[in-house]
Amino acid sequence: MQFMLLFSRQGKLRLQKWYVPLSDKEKKKITRELVQTVLARKPKMCSFLEWRDLKIVYKRYASLYFCCAIEDQDNELITLEIIHRYVELLDKYFGSVCELDIIFNFEKAYFILDEFLLGGEVQETSKKNVLKAIEQADLLQEVRYLFSSLGTSMLS
Amino acid sequence: MPAPIRLRELIRTIRTARTQAEEREMIQKECAAIRSSFREEDNTYRCRNVAKLLYMHMLGYPAHFGQLECLKLIASQKFTDKRIGYLGAMLLLDERQDVHLLMTNCIKNDLNHSTQFVQGLALCTLGCMGSSEMCRDLAGEVEKLLKTSNSYLRKKAALCAVHVIRKVPELMEMFLPATKNLLNEKNHGVLHTSVVLLTEMCERSPDMLAHFRKNEKLVPQLVRILKNLIMSGYSPEHDVSGISDPFLQVRILRLLRILGRNDDDSSEAMNDILAQVATNTETSKNVGNAILYETVLTIMDIKSESGLRVLAINILGRFLLNNDKNIRYVALTSLLKTVQTDHNAVQRHRSTIVDCLKDLDVSIKRRAMELSFALVNGNNIRGMMKELLYFLDSCEPEFKADCASGIFLAAEKYAPSKRWHIDTIMRVLTTAGSYVRDDAVPNLIQLITNSVEMHAYTVQRLYKAILGDYSQQPLVQVAAWCIGEYGDLLVSGQCEEEEPIQVTEDEVLDILESVLISNMSTSVTRGYALTAIMKLSTRFTCTVNRIKKVVSIYGSSIDVELQQRAVEYNALFKKYDHMRSALLERMPVMEKVTTNGPTEIVQTNGETEPAPLETKPPPSGPQPTSQANDLLDLLGGNDITPVIPTAPTSKPSSAGGELLDLLGDINLTGAPAAAPAPASVPQISQPPFLLDGLSSQPLFNDIAAGIPSITAYSKNGLKIEFTFERSNTNPSVTVITIQASNSTELDMTDFVFQAAVPKTFQLQLLSPSSSIVPAFNTGTITQVIKVLNPQKQQLRMRIKLTYNHKGSAMQDLAEVNNFPPQSWQ
Repeated sequence: MQFMLLFSRQGKLRLQKWYVPLSDKEKKKITRELVQTVLARKPKMCSFLEWRDLKIVYKRYASLYFCCAIEDQDNELITLEIIHRYVELLDKYFGSVCELDIIFNFEKAYFILDEFLLGGEVQETSKKNVLKAIEQADLLQEVRYLFSSLGTSMLS
Repeated sequence: MPAPIRLRELIRTIRTARTQAEEREMIQKECAAIRSSFREEDNTYRCRNVAKLLYMHMLGYPAHFGQLECLKLIASQKFTDKRIGYLGAMLLLDERQDVHLLMTNCIKNDLNHSTQFVQGLALCTLGCMGSSEMCRDLAGEVEKLLKTSNSYLRKKAALCAVHVIRKVPELMEMFLPATKNLLNEKNHGVLHTSVVLLTEMCERSPDMLAHFRKNEKLVPQLVRILKNLIMSGYSPEHDVSGISDPFLQVRILRLLRILGRNDDDSSEAMNDILAQVATNTETSKNVGNAILYETVLTIMDIKSESGLRVLAINILGRFLLNNDKNIRYVALTSLLKTVQTDHNAVQRHRSTIVDCLKDLDVSIKRRAMELSFALVNGNNIRGMMKELLYFLDSCEPEFKADCASGIFLAAEKYAPSKRWHIDTIMRVLTTAGSYVRDDAVPNLIQLITNSVEMHAYTVQRLYKAILGDYSQQPLVQVAAWCIGEYGDLLVSGQCEEEEPIQVTEDEVLDILESVLISNMSTSVTRGYALTAIMKLSTRFTCTVNRIKKVVSIYGSSIDVELQQRAVEYNALFKKYDHMRSALLERMPVMEKVTTNGPTEIVQTNGETEPAPLETKPPPSGPQPTSQANDLLDLLGGNDITPVIPTAPTSKPSSAGGELLDLLGDINLTGAPAAAPAPASVPQISQPPFLLDGLSSQPLFNDIAAGIPSITAYSKNGLKIEFTFERSNTNPSVTVITIQASNSTELDMTDFVFQAAVPKTFQLQLLSPSSSIVPAFNTGTITQVIKVLNPQKQQLRMRIKLTYNHKGSAMQDLAEVNNFPPQSWQ
């Protein structure tokens, strides 16, 4: 996967994860064009389209579009499953997730994504394991200080 | 300084902004506050401030002043700080930024942290956006983590390694030892990421690929894992709609594809499991179809047996009938890839594919169109063309040009009749006339010119087509040209194919003049029209004065092109009137540059009309230059065999064997033992021989030069005489015509003549005139032999004769040594 974008029906960006190095300007341009293209699609059309030299897989969940750019040799149908799995993870974490959850907790959405995908590939296929890892990491935020690799705790 | 506002608070506030300007104001205010907070090196709220900055960055506002702060957060010992710091790094600190490298040390430390979640953050960041330098520096750490027993870290390290390899391919080797036991893991996360890592390595390096095939025996391992996934019962942890870990299944299938490609052993080892997956996977949901799709891709790409390939194509065929348009799309894409190699199998699904032309989705329509063109052949051309023309009528404008071009190409290749061809062209021009590509116009004109008997019909139809509407430029151009050429046929009402229309010369000139005047006509079209009007001056009788007037008007046209033409035509009327009729006479049939060889046309042309041979110009024209090569091809190769009717196949093969025994080192050429060719191909029309400079009219160019003929064989009443000619154009070629005669009182039947020559020669035997040598010398069998003798060695030949005579089978061998020197020197 080269990148994943989440945007609303009005074209507002809610999440952007880039797995290829591009300048800010290029990212903005791509985002703008792609959002326009996907929003112009009619509901009866299929979830895939060719755009530049990439394959775009998109799916709409309520008011949010989930849009992934994959390479030629990647499987479009399984990408749909990847998108669905991510939505399921968000749903489990937030409890019936809606767009507002992602707006107000965007950093959490990123954390969950980063436990599910790494470098554009799936790193964990078990829903349970992803959620467990997030849970434990969240708990760790409660701890004031971490033990460093040297083993000495640093108290303020 | 009051505590900076919380992230949620900021988001809420910004969302209340009613205009873009209001939002910008809020953002600027907050950014200023954040900036001063950063300047004060406030550790407590740094995390909060960076988080807010990231939110504003997502809205599209600049956030580069937060880059260094991210670095500070990463270096912090608070997990919250690190989490936001790394997130900020991934969003703001890609490798194009100067401070990117400063992360390296922090990441290195965190890769060795005691808390796995910190290590995880570091691996994630490195694996998502580490630069090549960073990867180089930290590859060792990643490799270490690849060998850890902690599966949480191991899976992340594997994907991090994939990124390192993508950035710095030379480092691939160092990860090889760590891959040894990756597939023994039970943890699906590790399995999945390991398969991805192995895939990356195999794709990048053929050596790695070979290593994994042979030494690591990767295929059996993968097969085993896949089998377990399919056969094992319900596993709640990895289940998706009844299928166990589809993500892993798909990745394994993809790796198998790479391993099986071009490798018979590997392909064989995975045959069974592929068949199993293909037949047992549940297809009611997308997830099952995703696996089937990957399976089909793998089957088609490896060296699978034909049964498996047919299974794969049938799966695609079923996909085409699926209600889910995504599935249909994927099927069409895959079929497009395989249509060349498995053409017949794909043909079976032709009607479903054609139905997809009517789909609502643009991408599906495009693929269906491309696939349809790939499937057109001589047998289905009529039906397919009907569908394609209907499609051309109703499709979106973006398709029309490609569709029109495709139709022209298909029509040219497979047209069952001239009339059909012209009708099809007409239909395209009238339906999509403005989308036809510019280069189609000259091609069409050439086609029309060469269809001599259809001229009247064509010009009539074209005339009728532009009468109502002359806005479609390509149509008008072709029509104008034709009217200019064949206007006389139009007014004389000579059309045979349909009811001839009554048209006067003035009416014809009216339409051409309208084209000239119209605003819609382009400069090119006007040029066509003017030239057409001029040509009609020699074809029309009553309206020459009108034509003169029109031409003289345009002598002062603003359009330079038109002006030049008009001035020149004017001159034709005045000073050069005596040349006018010669200059403007009917165009000759044009030399066609066929992309297919003559044999191909013969095979695909379904009906008996010998159209392709018609379009070939008579051999009196200049000969192709590569004649020597052609002759070598002919004498050595088999590509002309379909054109040559053969002698009975059984005898030559056995006879050949015997000759071989006897003749030892002498090169052998018997009669071509090819499959029977269509008997309808007449003897004389053997195009290859036209290429070698010897025309089919008297071959006997050098008969006057008088190479003496010889009696090659005379025994038991059978006499065989050789007469010689040398090629004018190729001195290494000798053409021998043998004549067999029979002086006995009974016919010799089933006569077969065979010849063998030494290795340095090449021989070609053409078909005999018959297989019966009539008795009492009442007739002869003639057969032509061509000998290529590039080294100009003395000609020697062994001949073998078999025939039936007086009820018994006869056979004889002889050597011919009495060739006259002029036949080979």
